[in-house]
Amino acid sequence: MANDAPTVGLFVTCLVDLFRPTVGFAAVRLLERAGCRVVVPQRQTCCGQPAHNSGDRGNAAAIAAQVLDAFGGSDYLVAPSGSCAAMIRHHYPTLFDAGSDLAQRATELGQRTYELVAFLTDVRGVRGVDTDFPFRVVYHDACSGLRELGIESQPRRLLESVRGLELVNLDGAETCCGFGGTFCVKYPEISNRMVADKAAAIAATGANVVASGDLGCLMNIAGRLTRDESQTGARHVAEILAGMTEEPPIGRGQD
Amino acid sequence: MHNSSRTFQENAAAALADETLQIALSRFQSGFSARRAQAVARMPEFDDLRDRARRIKDHTLEHLDHYLERFEEEVIASGGQVHWAQSPDQARQKILEVCRAVGAKSVTKGKSMIAEEISLNPFLEENGIEPVETDLGEYIIQLRNEPPSHIIAPAIHVLKEQVAETFRRAHPTLDSARPLNEARALVDEARSVLRGKFLAADVGITGANFLVAETGSAVIVTNEGNCDLTQTLPRVHIVLASLEKVVPTLHDAFTLLRILARSATGQEFSTYTTLATGPKRLDDADGPQAFHVVLLDNGRSAMLGGPFREILHCIRCGACMNHCPVYGAVGGHAYGGVYPGPLGAVLTPALSGIAETSALPNASTLCGRCEEVCPMRIPLPKLLRRHRQQEFVERLGSMRSRLALGLWAFFARRPWLYRVIADMSIRLLTLAAGRKGSLRWLPFATSWTKGRDLPAPQGGTFMTRWGRSNRGATKQRR
Repeated sequence: MANDAPTVGLFVTCLVDLFRPTVGFAAVRLLERAGCRVVVPQRQTCCGQPAHNSGDRGNAAAIAAQVLDAFGGSDYLVAPSGSCAAMIRHHYPTLFDAGSDLAQRATELGQRTYELVAFLTDVRGVRGVDTDFPFRVVYHDACSGLRELGIESQPRRLLESVRGLELVNLDGAETCCGFGGTFCVKYPEISNRMVADKAAAIAATGANVVASGDLGCLMNIAGRLTRDESQTGARHVAEILAGMTEEPPIGRGQD
Repeated sequence: MHNSSRTFQENAAAALADETLQIALSRFQSGFSARRAQAVARMPEFDDLRDRARRIKDHTLEHLDHYLERFEEEVIASGGQVHWAQSPDQARQKILEVCRAVGAKSVTKGKSMIAEEISLNPFLEENGIEPVETDLGEYIIQLRNEPPSHIIAPAIHVLKEQVAETFRRAHPTLDSARPLNEARALVDEARSVLRGKFLAADVGITGANFLVAETGSAVIVTNEGNCDLTQTLPRVHIVLASLEKVVPTLHDAFTLLRILARSATGQEFSTYTTLATGPKRLDDADGPQAFHVVLLDNGRSAMLGGPFREILHCIRCGACMNHCPVYGAVGGHAYGGVYPGPLGAVLTPALSGIAETSALPNASTLCGRCEEVCPMRIPLPKLLRRHRQQEFVERLGSMRSRLALGLWAFFARRPWLYRVIADMSIRLLTLAAGRKGSLRWLPFATSWTKGRDLPAPQGGTFMTRWGRSNRGATKQRR
């Protein structure tokens, strides 16, 4: 690999780490194909959103400081999640006293933090991917990626470059799926209603697969799709773009 | 002020189970959001206008005392009076005083959320004065004895068929053979009854979208023209508004009006934009003999220097609730306060304290759609999170969620320990799922598994798998 290859610290995200390692490996493959050197800092757990969104600033700041230390040496921090990337990019700087050393480091890390697909297209200039996925696919916009990072066209553009993939429009693609972190367990009835609507909209398209950029949304949607006994599978967009679709879709068994 | 925000959880469950309500809710949001999107698309300078609007409010709030005093001077100069009310009770008493001075028996009302905030209707009734709502939606819910469920579409939760039933019950002169299937027929029926009420009213009370400091005018928009009749026909006109409604100039008011209608209903301008400046002048054809403005504070001036100041930018267009997926699922009544939706989830706790209302700012996925459509660019998710911070600091949340969060954070702050626990938990979950790929039920996670399956982990965390691969072992590989 060229010596001028940037070093990308992969922020795995807690959900990918725990539930869907394939997404992490897909991210590594995509980043390397885009000419990056990938490292996985060991002292990472979670971005701290559960604390931040529950009003627990103390723990959110402590976890943020841990991430600042872990990713200090990388040229970029890249996460296969718009919500974690937005947390690090936009929210970390607000967790520390303005003007403090930590606040400055958080701002600086925020500036080199990207969501995976946006990093590939916007920073590395990736125009397309060299892989097949001969299925009908819909894309669900994860809220944070869409509204905090402006990720909308990038994943669609790359998906359209996949051979055989037919990208169809999803009504209300930009409507929240009802995951919302702790929201889905604090307000399960409302969350269920929202994800039921989302699953119904997906089913109406006749798609084989729903793709998205955030595992939180995907687990919520996949959980509802399997409960509905729907034929539509759910996959992280990175799996499709990296051609790592040998594993069954999220929430589907080996059988 | 009705307030059942504390029982939001139960209210929401009831709303989700209410089939009629769900039919009403399923229809309205897509229409509102599509019309707004079209109106915005037709106006390339919409975002610039939003910035200008925001600057107007920023400037006004910075100099609120000055503009309020200027407004009062101008009202007096045009022959009217301004009454300052710090509390809902003071506002009610002042209104009663004005009504009693003219021996009022009946009062017509234009739509006013401030009247809801001070619970004006029951108070007037207790004092022998009949309040008559003249906005069609408000009139319907007044007959049904319900509070509004939306700030600009108060009866959005009611189906046409229910309106027909309500009219048949409440209008003794209505011929039972007359069909009321069409919206037009319902409007005609309401109009035929309201006409008499307009003519009989002694006092007309309207809200205000804006108060103009340089002219002492109150500006109100409607699509029914009901406020024109409410404020011109009776002998006395009372404007009831909260103090953050003031803007410096007429020009400012019209800048805000241009984004108000587009954000609210997708109209370029509301059908009627009505200005009221003082009582009838000598050469006026008609108008009230007396003009009063009751200015309500009710905690707003205290918010000026606090963390929720930005919610005072709100121009009450309703776009946040028209686009909120939580509002769309449960409707406005579930919020249990005067103001529903994201606006209410920020404003209600800011006005009445977080202790009784903490369910509201928590009942959001922080999806950010409200901020995206807010014409005043109010960072609603940020303000919701601020309420959560206050709730956390004051230890108001449930002990269970606090413990769970504390336990999770304990591990998340200790990466090596976290790895051990994560590996163990994932192994257990994978085992529990077997080859099925997802779990239909899981102890301690039933709020998840009640409505959806829990996808099982693939097996082995990423960090462990990565560590075992050559890649993880030779970190510096080139």
